[in-house]
Amino acid sequence: MATIKVENVTKIFGDRPKKALEMLDQNISKDEILEKTGNTVGVNKATFEVGEGEIFVIMGLSGSGKSTLIRCMNRLIEPTSGDVWVDNENVTKMNEDELRNFRRYKQAMVFQKFALFPHRTVAENVAFGLEIQDISLEERMKKAHEALDLVGLKGYANQKPGQLSGGMQQRVGLARCLAVDPEILFMDEAFSALDPLIRRDMQDELLNLQSKMNKTIVFITHDLDEALKLGDRVAIMKDGIIEQIDAPEDILRNPKTEYVARFVEDVDLSKVLTAEGVMVKAKAVARPKDGPRMVLRKMREAGISGIFMVSRDDELIGYISSDDARKAVDADQTSVEDILQRDVVTTLPDTTLNDLFELTASATIPVAVVDESKKFKGLIIRGSLLSGLVKEAYPHDDE
Amino acid sequence: MMTSSILNPLDFIPRIPIGNWVDDIIQALRTAIGPLTRVISTILSGFMGVLSDLLLLIPPFILILIISAVAWKLASQRVAVFSFIGLSLIYNIGLWEESIITITMILVAVFISLLIGIPTGILSTRYDMVHKIVWPILDFMQTMPAFVYLIPAIFFFRLGVVSAMIATVVFSVPPVIRLTGLGIRLVPEDMVEAATAFGTTDWQKLTKVQLPLAMPTIMAGVNQCIMLALSMVVIAAMIGAGGLGAVVLRGIQRVDLGLGFEGGVSVVILAIILDRITQRTKDAKE
Repeated sequence: MATIKVENVTKIFGDRPKKALEMLDQNISKDEILEKTGNTVGVNKATFEVGEGEIFVIMGLSGSGKSTLIRCMNRLIEPTSGDVWVDNENVTKMNEDELRNFRRYKQAMVFQKFALFPHRTVAENVAFGLEIQDISLEERMKKAHEALDLVGLKGYANQKPGQLSGGMQQRVGLARCLAVDPEILFMDEAFSALDPLIRRDMQDELLNLQSKMNKTIVFITHDLDEALKLGDRVAIMKDGIIEQIDAPEDILRNPKTEYVARFVEDVDLSKVLTAEGVMVKAKAVARPKDGPRMVLRKMREAGISGIFMVSRDDELIGYISSDDARKAVDADQTSVEDILQRDVVTTLPDTTLNDLFELTASATIPVAVVDESKKFKGLIIRGSLLSGLVKEAYPHDDE
Repeated sequence: MMTSSILNPLDFIPRIPIGNWVDDIIQALRTAIGPLTRVISTILSGFMGVLSDLLLLIPPFILILIISAVAWKLASQRVAVFSFIGLSLIYNIGLWEESIITITMILVAVFISLLIGIPTGILSTRYDMVHKIVWPILDFMQTMPAFVYLIPAIFFFRLGVVSAMIATVVFSVPPVIRLTGLGIRLVPEDMVEAATAFGTTDWQKLTKVQLPLAMPTIMAGVNQCIMLALSMVVIAAMIGAGGLGAVVLRGIQRVDLGLGFEGGVSVVILAIILDRITQRTKDAKE
């Protein structure tokens, strides 16, 4: 297992890095440097350590320099100054061969847009790192299949990445890294391109995997909730500067700068939590072609007392309760037309919890979450509202 | 006619002898690299002779079947049927041998074009210098009327098949270089980055990521290269290249519309077969 030490890493984009560095030393602001030299400060003297088996999250909004910083750590971007130590080796001083070996054996990276190779099958993608290490075909395919098992993609080995959903593609991206069994995982906004529900699944799965593998993980995100959930420690970045590094709990309790304070003040308020964040996936949905018996069967299988009906392109049509369905079956009806409730309470994904409380209080059936194009996204039951609040207020507790 | 006057100052500049300069340069080059051109000439004409003799050795019907089978495998059943009927027609009107010579010239010219074009295209994406030098030359080569290439080719390699071949290569190589370069540049940045992050060498990155992903674009370049080679091979009949171009040329000289038409139709048939086969290969890879 590896430890990482980042010391004063600075990245200047532009043609006068020396001048810009001098100005940084004189505490001249990023904006002024841009004005005077035309150069942009990407990362400004980042210093931190990541311990063995730790998940270290770097959180910042776009333009904060977080993606630049993570790329400085494996030199996909050359830092302008500063050092990156992995164990006792200085990555920034490595020559080409040493750097290549470091990238091959010591670390692996997961990318925001997956960056899978469309001309290779899933298994060939996963085996890519091993292929680069010149490991024999037989051996690398064996390891690739093991890695695919690990991320729950058994049986997809021979598909092309384009055939998989976003969540599954990122699992492939993760498996591609795990296959080389690196000590360090760099994850650059790894889950940001995924739907909220799938993102949550992936976060849980990463935590689950981490409890078994114990890698050193550097995780980049712009999502504070994600940072608080995953990070053993979280660094908050703004304008290339790390504003605070602390455990999630401490970031919430003792924000050290105004920026961090502004950032986290909303966290424990039901104002920022949205319907999208607390909704649950429907365990089953009815389709327009289903008759009462079919509908009842689906409910029984899923163990639910009511079911939403959606059209073939996922547009919400209505709601059927199990009682009504049973009556229809007893009356030997063949259509659900009579028992379908068409006026269900719906809400948009970005409705805040505060507003949801009122909605759910008056509703007798679950509230359906639909997006602008009337697509059914998920549903909200009263219990999930509360658990959502509890979870967010104490993100560090095990759920 | 206008007389020189102060109102037309351009007339006071003496004529710049661009043509003479080119003549001089070519002349100098000719003496300088004469032995080399003779070697190339011997090898090329020998190679082409052997290749066309080999193709002519195969009974026409068998060769037609083979080509149709290839068309079936690489393209579709329809292309295969077309190939069979088209080639049989060419045999029927007695232009088989000429067609084989034309095909041989195309094969060799395209082979040489790829040999030069693909590495040049790759180099242009690695070194900006190569790009800056090669691209203006390509612009120049592609805007120049095709006939002009025939003249220096004759100078260096005398009348005949080899000159035609060289002119054809010069004419058909630009799309290979351009589209190889373009294809590699179009490979998404994040995939190249991912490859780098796994510790690839430059060669691994090129062969395992960039070239496979650029393949559809490169194949489009190959397709264009073949089409250009075919058109040039016909024009090159003017400097004694033989083949179907010679048939067309004879038609023009004798004002024999029928002969010219037969030659022309044969060229079109070859063009369609070659185009469809290479195009389908391209689609399949995508």
